[in-house]
Amino acid sequence: MKPRDGRTAAAKRGARREWEERVLRPTLARRAERLPSFTTVSNVPVDRLVTAEDLEGWDPADKLGMPGEPPFTRGIHPTMYRGRLWTMRQFAGFGTAEDTNRRFRYLLEHGQTGLSVAFDLPTLMGRDSGDPQAEGEVGREGVAIDTLADMEVLLRDIPLGRISTSMTINAPAAVLLAMYLAVAERQGVPYAELEGTVQNDILKEYIAQKEWIYPPHPSLRIITDMIAFCSAEVPKWNTISISGYHIREAGSTAVQELAFTLADGIAYVQAGLETGLDVDAFAPRLSFFFNAHNDLFEEVAKLRAARRMWAAIMRDRFHARNPRSWMLRTHVQTAGCSLTAQQPHNNVVRVTIQALAAVLGGTQSLHTNALDETLALPTEESARLALRTQQILAEESGVADTIDPLAGSYFVESLTDRTEEAAWEYIRRIDAMGGMVRAIEQGFPQREIAEASYLYQNQIDRGEKTVVGVNRYTEGEARPIAVLRIGPEVEPQQIERLRRTRSGRDAARHGRALRDLQAAARGSTNLMPPILEAVKAYASVGEICDALRAVFGVYREGTVPL
Amino acid sequence: MGAPTKVRLLVGKVGLDGHDRGAKIIARALRDAGFEVIYTGLHQTPEMVVAAAIQEDVDGIGLSVLSGAHNTIFPKILKLLAERDGADIVVFGGGIVPDEDVPRLLQAGVKAIFTPGTSTRQVIDWVKANVVPRRR
Repeated sequence: MKPRDGRTAAAKRGARREWEERVLRPTLARRAERLPSFTTVSNVPVDRLVTAEDLEGWDPADKLGMPGEPPFTRGIHPTMYRGRLWTMRQFAGFGTAEDTNRRFRYLLEHGQTGLSVAFDLPTLMGRDSGDPQAEGEVGREGVAIDTLADMEVLLRDIPLGRISTSMTINAPAAVLLAMYLAVAERQGVPYAELEGTVQNDILKEYIAQKEWIYPPHPSLRIITDMIAFCSAEVPKWNTISISGYHIREAGSTAVQELAFTLADGIAYVQAGLETGLDVDAFAPRLSFFFNAHNDLFEEVAKLRAARRMWAAIMRDRFHARNPRSWMLRTHVQTAGCSLTAQQPHNNVVRVTIQALAAVLGGTQSLHTNALDETLALPTEESARLALRTQQILAEESGVADTIDPLAGSYFVESLTDRTEEAAWEYIRRIDAMGGMVRAIEQGFPQREIAEASYLYQNQIDRGEKTVVGVNRYTEGEARPIAVLRIGPEVEPQQIERLRRTRSGRDAARHGRALRDLQAAARGSTNLMPPILEAVKAYASVGEICDALRAVFGVYREGTVPL
Repeated sequence: MGAPTKVRLLVGKVGLDGHDRGAKIIARALRDAGFEVIYTGLHQTPEMVVAAAIQEDVDGIGLSVLSGAHNTIFPKILKLLAERDGADIVVFGGGIVPDEDVPRLLQAGVKAIFTPGTSTRQVIDWVKANVVPRRR
């Protein structure tokens, strides 16, 4: 077929060769390019020029479709941001429940449209404040939640029927979701009206973030129990946020992030099917969470490829019939690992580029990091600036006003295709190993990420990759900026509050609830109802997780290869 | 005493903090630079780290802390080392440590704190200059 401009493909190739001879070669002879070769942040080679001939055979009907239609490359909504902007969802949590409740209300007053809870490490690891292993970590990286009493304070005066809440919690996700449900009940909000997400992605914990409790198989059972419970009782709740974010933060490439995340998604769908659930009963409530690093086009390509791949996986591999099951809905957070302690104000610019990538990539919600996050948790002022960055993108830059504006770019489309193909290759390798759980047990994704992160660090150390303010354009004197301090009083206060809650609760109901939970864990009934009862009996996160540890055992990482 | 022995180092992660990207990079870079390196893996207690350091007879301990618990972890390690005749083991660290906390940690006996943006070369050079095989 003849291209529309009347020239044949061969003639076009001829035109490019002719340009290379006539124009490019003498130019290069006079002056070499800046670098011998160009690569993305993830070391994918970048061509000098991408032209129509690189997209020969590329069919927009097949590769793109229309917005809101499969394969969703152009976005999952027919009107995208013209209809509704992405949800601006800033992750927040520190100190006690009172501290964080105050920050939440501050963010909502400043135009934030959804909540996102950061828990402290002891909570994430299923340990109570006061546990010897939690010493020094209470309330530091997020808010300390031990019992329902803390959750009641955390969500005080926040209308749960009108706001959506994302909770970054994995191994103990069922416990924190149960607490949220219990508070909603008390506010008189029916479960069916609740909107939100629990991260609940344990596979990426083994791969990257390392906040696990139980071994993979019982962990997957808890997750499938939650999926079954929510699809019946809390239908608007996103039961898993399948997360590439932490994989990238651990040092992976963009392709590894994409591939391992989708392979995790495949494992969850498989686990759901194995418990007898119908794919269309739960797949529409699976959501995703990706990173946005500095390389603008690479990130856009990754998000566009992700949607196209998930649609293929759900339709062709799992035979889902409901198009909502094919849609990859995602949250994006800008890359914490890209921020620098040196010249921290430069981080605002990095975050802006990364947020732009997320928006051009068609995200559903976005967290922009604050400039001080390599130093500490954000101050109120830096958190506000991060939110304002999104508002400027949304309402001043114009990028939200047309759908998928980079579609058809020779470079972006070819990069999208290459990213997709490289990710499929990883997925084929993982399938050949017997799926992601087996691959994790063999340390495969962990090794791939460690290799990529070591290479990247070496490239920075050798100056092959530039980090402004770190290995180029450095300044001798550091100019310190004010950072948020978590006072030493938080830990003893929280331990004391837990002690009071313990002494005030109905001991008989508490003991019975934990025994019932263990019985359910030993059997095969759904764990959510007994967890809900334990939470309402003011059992703590640590007590509930300990009860399950006694039945399920704990995960230990094998020898870590260096 | 025979030939000069290689400097032995323990790289450790203490507490619930799972951020091990930096620890693994540093451990590998130090190993590639010719040191003997033992990496503890995640979720160690200060007691476990000190016991391993004594048992493995290391000359230096490098701890990576990104959880904000540095003001608890470093002093505890130093105290345990002193109790177990390990006060001459050089303790250094890195991670998310605010500038204003650094002097206090140095005063407590930590020999160096490397904050974000430090190159592996800087750490290697510092270890070469500051960690020597212990007199045994």
